[in-house]
Amino acid sequence: MKKLSKLLGVSVLTFGCLLALPTKAQDTELPSTINWTIPFGVGGGTDVWARFVAPHLTKSLPGNPTVVIKNQPGGGSITGTNLFFQRAKSNGEDILGTSASTLYPFMLGDKRVRYNFDKWIPLMASPTGGVVYVQPDLGVASANDITKLNGVTLPFGSQSPTGLELPVFLAFEMLGLDIKPVFGMKSRGAGRLAFERGEAKIDFQTSSAYLSSVVDLVDNKKAVPLFSLGILNNKGEIVRDPAFADLPTFEEVYFKKFGKQPSGMEYTAYKKFLAAGFAFQKVIFIPADTPNDIIQTYQKAVKQMLQDPAFIKDSEIQVGPYENIVGIDAAQYLSDAITVSPELYTWISDWLKTKFDYKL
Amino acid sequence: MIEFLSALDQIMSVTHLTYLIAGVLVGLVVGIIPGLGGIAGMSLLLPFLYGMEPSVGLGMLMGLVAVIPTGDTFTSVLMGIPGSSSSQATVMDGFPLAKKGQAARALSAAFLSSMIGGVVGAIVLSVFILVARPVVLAFSSAELFMLTLLGLSVVAALSGGNVYKGLAACGFGLLVGAIGGAPATGEFRFTLDIDYLYDGIPLVVVGLGIFALPEIISLLVKNSAIASSPNKLGHGLKQGFKDVFANLPLVGKSSIFGSLIGAIPGLGGSVVDWMTYSFAINSSKDSSQFGKGDIRGVIAPESANNACASGSMIPTILFGVPGSGAAAVFLGGMLLLGIQPGVSMITTHLDLTYTIIWSLALANILGALFCICFTRPISLLTYIKFSVLTPIILTLILFAAYQATRSLGDFILLGVVAALGVMMKGANWPRPAFLIGFVLSSGAENYFFQSIQFYGYSWFLRPGVIAIAALIIVGFVLPPILKKRQQKNDVKAEPTPQETKKDNIVKTVSLADWGIIAIMSVCAIYALVNVWDSSMLTKAFPIIAIAIILFSVVMIVSKYIRVKHTRIPSDLTMNLIYIAGFFFIAYGYYLFGFITTTFVFSLLFLKFLAKASYLKSTTIAICLVIFLVTIGRVMNVDFPEGLFDPYLLSAIKTFI
Repeated sequence: MKKLSKLLGVSVLTFGCLLALPTKAQDTELPSTINWTIPFGVGGGTDVWARFVAPHLTKSLPGNPTVVIKNQPGGGSITGTNLFFQRAKSNGEDILGTSASTLYPFMLGDKRVRYNFDKWIPLMASPTGGVVYVQPDLGVASANDITKLNGVTLPFGSQSPTGLELPVFLAFEMLGLDIKPVFGMKSRGAGRLAFERGEAKIDFQTSSAYLSSVVDLVDNKKAVPLFSLGILNNKGEIVRDPAFADLPTFEEVYFKKFGKQPSGMEYTAYKKFLAAGFAFQKVIFIPADTPNDIIQTYQKAVKQMLQDPAFIKDSEIQVGPYENIVGIDAAQYLSDAITVSPELYTWISDWLKTKFDYKL
Repeated sequence: MIEFLSALDQIMSVTHLTYLIAGVLVGLVVGIIPGLGGIAGMSLLLPFLYGMEPSVGLGMLMGLVAVIPTGDTFTSVLMGIPGSSSSQATVMDGFPLAKKGQAARALSAAFLSSMIGGVVGAIVLSVFILVARPVVLAFSSAELFMLTLLGLSVVAALSGGNVYKGLAACGFGLLVGAIGGAPATGEFRFTLDIDYLYDGIPLVVVGLGIFALPEIISLLVKNSAIASSPNKLGHGLKQGFKDVFANLPLVGKSSIFGSLIGAIPGLGGSVVDWMTYSFAINSSKDSSQFGKGDIRGVIAPESANNACASGSMIPTILFGVPGSGAAAVFLGGMLLLGIQPGVSMITTHLDLTYTIIWSLALANILGALFCICFTRPISLLTYIKFSVLTPIILTLILFAAYQATRSLGDFILLGVVAALGVMMKGANWPRPAFLIGFVLSSGAENYFFQSIQFYGYSWFLRPGVIAIAALIIVGFVLPPILKKRQQKNDVKAEPTPQETKKDNIVKTVSLADWGIIAIMSVCAIYALVNVWDSSMLTKAFPIIAIAIILFSVVMIVSKYIRVKHTRIPSDLTMNLIYIAGFFFIAYGYYLFGFITTTFVFSLLFLKFLAKASYLKSTTIAICLVIFLVTIGRVMNVDFPEGLFDPYLLSAIKTFI
């Protein structure tokens, strides 16, 4: 709530400034070096994303400050994010880049989490989608044949029950698939390797990984795509993923199989974690107590960056054909996405316990 | 073929060569400074990388990644500090050689082996990459598990005559490696509710604690120069080259083995040096000098680790799954250049792949040549009185350890592991066995459960599994046993004085022995109680490790009781005082600020303990500060700020 009122303040002020003193906002001076904390190691997905965004951000910010990426890996991003929460300076010098694995532990009440999203304002969120695919020897040509998978045990290489695969597990369960999770994969890439070895019968990859590594397999008849997770449109509905327009969404496949829309606690949980993990896959945060004019300068720069043709071109390659969410939309959706009601929390913790013997 | 040659033509262009050399130089610098590695090098090169022509950018990155295992040899040999995880085995014989005054010999042999290893790796890569896809895919979780067993079987050769000590140390390593999340369930074990332990213990810190600190302490106790023998530097370089040429078969085998292990994703480069090291022990007739300064103990791991860096490009390029930390960094760079790894790298982008391979070969040659040029002047360091070097080395070690997770926990853990390290060193327990257990722990557990889940219990009938099992028995388990039997027969025939002396050494026991036994048993029993209520998949592996420890400990103790052992005094108390001193100083570094403490501590230490002149002390202290501030600025390295560093840094800033 505090954050929303803060936001309201910011937006009113922006508006006021734009009307009254158009030159004032441009005078805001940013520090000459901006430290962008990435709570992941060098070379990982979030790191590469940040390193691709950083030069564009430099270009768009007034005075072209140097954006330095500070990797602080550990605890699946919890360590670095905690440190940022404790130490970040609120003079525009410090910003943070997060991923689904920063949001999930917060939502699931991991006791190591000491950060709180109320204290930060999202500047930009980059969404992603994901695709589920299976081995061709199962005799499935598309999602239309999904009933052929009834009663077939499908090993699935996964990182952990509470990782990015969480909503995917929920989707599998709703579809009535007999999934045998094999945990301990070091990355989604390692999971894909298990699929390529034929050990895993079903797999899932986020959009960029699917486009770069699985499309080849599909072309060579070594994988059959089933469905995409879809993306959230700006009304909060799940629609077909523009990157995979010919693939049905999970909802469509469900409707086809059971003749009704998915519903209930399970689907609520699915949508929640899908929104947090995928629509907000990568987020840039700035401490909320940063002076308003600096926040506005950032917001303006990000908007400008998103319209830059050079950025759009690069973004298509690095992220996929998705629209980044900015400004108040980002804040509103994010706070919706990460709020887990006590009821839902109880449900999800019971589900993790019975399904994976995992204690929250 | 056309791609192969056109790629060569491309890398010979001036632009490409310039960037490649830039990459090599950065790679050498981050390789030489312990604790830094590909990651720090990347952050230096990345600003240039974005928007670069892909083939040039790849050349630069490759230059960086290829020479890190070359540069890290300096500190391993000269100071006993493993520069990175791939040169831990080099310390075993490289440092003793330096102590004998043969640093230049060890270094030149290491660099030449690195060069050959890297080039062999590149050749293997250029041929193998075209057919590697099915081969890499043939290694399922079951074969990977067997490979971890292959790694563990090395312990037999490294136990130095006392199998139970080796087993206990290895089991303890496995147990320590099990700290953190259980791979099969995601549940956390033995974390004591300390955030630091949730991720498990960083390898860098364990390596530094178990090898580097104990060496420093024992040198400090003696307080002479590192090299105790007279100066033989002049012959060193040539002798090193001769050694390599005399052992070419070993270099060749280690290189090929290294590149193949590197090519398999999932095992990682951190054991390949130990595997080839023990291979060198097993394949040599007289292995008594290993661990005391046998040049073959330097040649084998150094050939292997550069070859391994080359081999690890295969899964990186073909599957987008990096085989090592440096390869992960390389992968990130590829993605930034807009190059997607995958099959396309051997179809449409074959020219880029060959650019990578050529750059790899060239970088290895250039890197080794640069290092050889510096060998002689840098080796002179070993003739300086050790107490003068102490503050420098201690600062380097603390610096390296802090890069692991950048928290106070790194220092504390370093001290704790070092306490175990000095005891193991004092009582002659095989420290590599502990390290190997630690390194392979998570892989062994993970792949074991994965193969059971994917294949049920029929996995051990897979042909690959049987083949590796045979390799383990023939290559690693049998040789030490056969050798021992042969030695026994020899002894029966004619007991040489050396042998009888050796027997005497075995039958001693010191306070440190009992200390280690106590620590291991207490930890094992605590761990057993702690993990008992967890689910089966979480507790199975630690229980195996605990069983190994307790069994070995019982065997050792029963031997002490049955056979009469001479009680020898140990310098345990002395060592533990030094460890306590270390904790004190490390906390100072954290509390008062890393750079400030470096300055004050070196100044005081040099002036009052090393009895150096004011001029010398101040110069060294100032140089250290300049070094730290520079790499802090240039490579975005963080130090503990503490109370005074912010003031100091702003003062320096205004001064400049």
